[in-house]
Amino acid sequence: MPETDAMILKVEDLAVHFPLGGGLLGGKRRTVHAVDGVDLHLKKGECLGLVGESGCGKSTLALSILGLQAPTRGRVLLDGVDIAAPGVDRKARARIVQMVFQDPYSSLNPRQTVRRTLEDPLRLHGITDKAEVDGRIEEMLRHVGLRPEQAARYPHEFSGGQRQRIGIARALILKPKIVVLDEPVSALDVSIRAQIINLLLELKETMELSYIMISHDLGVVEHMSDRVAVMYLGRIVETGGWHAIFTAPRHPYTRALIAAIPDPFGERPGVKISGELPNPLEPPSGCRFHPRCPEVRDICRKPPTPPLGEIAREHEVRCLRAAELA
Amino acid sequence: MSGEALLKVDNLRLDLVVGSRRFGAVKDVSFSIGRGETFGLVGESGCGKSITALALIGLLRAPLAFGGGRILFKGREIQNLPGSEMRKLRGNAISMIFQEPMTALNPLSPVGRQIAEMFVLHKGATWHEAERKAVEALANVRVPAPDRRVKDYPHQLSGGMRQRVMIAIALACRPDLLLADEPTTALDVTVQAEILELIRDLSAAQGTAVLMISHDLGLIANMCARVGVMYAGRLVEERAAQEVFRAPSHPYTGGLVASLPLLGARASHGRSRLKEISGVVPAVTAFPEGCRFNPRCQARTEICIAEDPEETALPRGGRVRCHHHA
Repeated sequence: MPETDAMILKVEDLAVHFPLGGGLLGGKRRTVHAVDGVDLHLKKGECLGLVGESGCGKSTLALSILGLQAPTRGRVLLDGVDIAAPGVDRKARARIVQMVFQDPYSSLNPRQTVRRTLEDPLRLHGITDKAEVDGRIEEMLRHVGLRPEQAARYPHEFSGGQRQRIGIARALILKPKIVVLDEPVSALDVSIRAQIINLLLELKETMELSYIMISHDLGVVEHMSDRVAVMYLGRIVETGGWHAIFTAPRHPYTRALIAAIPDPFGERPGVKISGELPNPLEPPSGCRFHPRCPEVRDICRKPPTPPLGEIAREHEVRCLRAAELA
Repeated sequence: MSGEALLKVDNLRLDLVVGSRRFGAVKDVSFSIGRGETFGLVGESGCGKSITALALIGLLRAPLAFGGGRILFKGREIQNLPGSEMRKLRGNAISMIFQEPMTALNPLSPVGRQIAEMFVLHKGATWHEAERKAVEALANVRVPAPDRRVKDYPHQLSGGMRQRVMIAIALACRPDLLLADEPTTALDVTVQAEILELIRDLSAAQGTAVLMISHDLGLIANMCARVGVMYAGRLVEERAAQEVFRAPSHPYTGGLVASLPLLGARASHGRSRLKEISGVVPAVTAFPEGCRFNPRCQARTEICIAEDPEETALPRGGRVRCHHHA
């Protein structure tokens, strides 16, 4: 992998399995393989878009990167330190990775003023000097396009877009290096989304941030991402630069996702897929996408699962027929 | 078209009643839908698109109230029909698909029975006949193994399957008009594509006209021949769907189209800063005087604050409500 020095985050063979009871009455003990062997890297200053349908494991993966979900296997290396390991300093981790949540209504404490919401993390991390706390809060609010005097207000006094600005301020107040954006605009009114997308892209430059963005809105992903990883049933099926993913997708699933977006001009070609996500308790054998794949052949049904293979520089696809499908 | 319109909505006004005050949640909205036509209403939350649909099937409930205007269905005024008459129409000649199939379906009744009910209520079928027809109806919406699925309860089905059941119920009596309120918002994109195709195919096969409601401009333009754009309770623009994208006339529509990160835009034109619409969507209780978009409008002049604009016919077809339309 090139430019190792610029690498800020590395996820190695990460797996998160959830046991689902069973066993008691002699039944088989069942396990959901929510994330099942994911390798990822994030470079400094980059926005990595993470896409896939609900249940594909993208949120679980994000929680593991934040240290909020212990992995069953694998490592999350931040600056060379495994932050998912037990006993890791949570405060140190919080200074490196933060998160912006989807819903700016439920993710802010309604009984705390904006000041309190921003002040708590600072105090927790040892910044107690009043002048410094005030200065940091004021600066942060200006950065996200709010006025310092609005700090005395409560969340309900703000609109959805402004609340998301508060959520962003809270994530950035400790000056993290990496921010996980979980559907950052999907809960906002359509006419407000552009404001937040522009703000996030500006902040990435001014505060030298790296983003991992989860979104199902492929228009937003194309606009914001430098690289994109597509997940299906707990595994990455395709990853590459945004241009390759959107102009020359290779995996049939990526192609289907793009083809599924309604084109206002009715011109976008592409094969639609049928069926729904299989039961994650019993993932299909071989390639996990084979029951829905328009390009399926007999070989795809047989184990083992195809590996992620490089088809061009920084463009990897998990498909046995990748070469034929070019 | 007006001569043979299936549905004609004439200066519809819907009020939000708060104590002794009435706020115009929908004001002077007029549009018509021809037989077999697909018409879209697009707008942000709170613009009045959903309550317009509820008014059409007589489901407005307090604090919302009918405030004036006429709704003509097949030439007959239906806005003041008594409940018993409306019940004959609803689910029969006019039916509706709701956004969230889990809450719209009865959790305590097998889905087959919920479909069969339509034949019993509206077609005088016996339960035995109706249950048999329910299997056909389920097969019609492409549910696999319909003879077994009729016995399932809603919680046993996936979101996409539930929405198919909703469509089967809505289309059971071959309605003349189908109201689809955000029918795919709760679904993944690949499932959304299938459901949209199903609505498109079945309505075309039965000659059913569709009123499609969504906040997704791309989806509406893709599905519908004509589109009405709503903002703050007003229909601000009504055009051929693709014209709305190519040459929007109202500054709100123009702003919205320019603010969208459309899929494919970055690949063809490079990344430019998204155009923002300043301000926020006003609350129903605080709609501004004059043109309701004026506080956020870049083309605003004195007259926009003083006077509510009338509808103007556009030379290439369609209407717009703006003093300074393009």
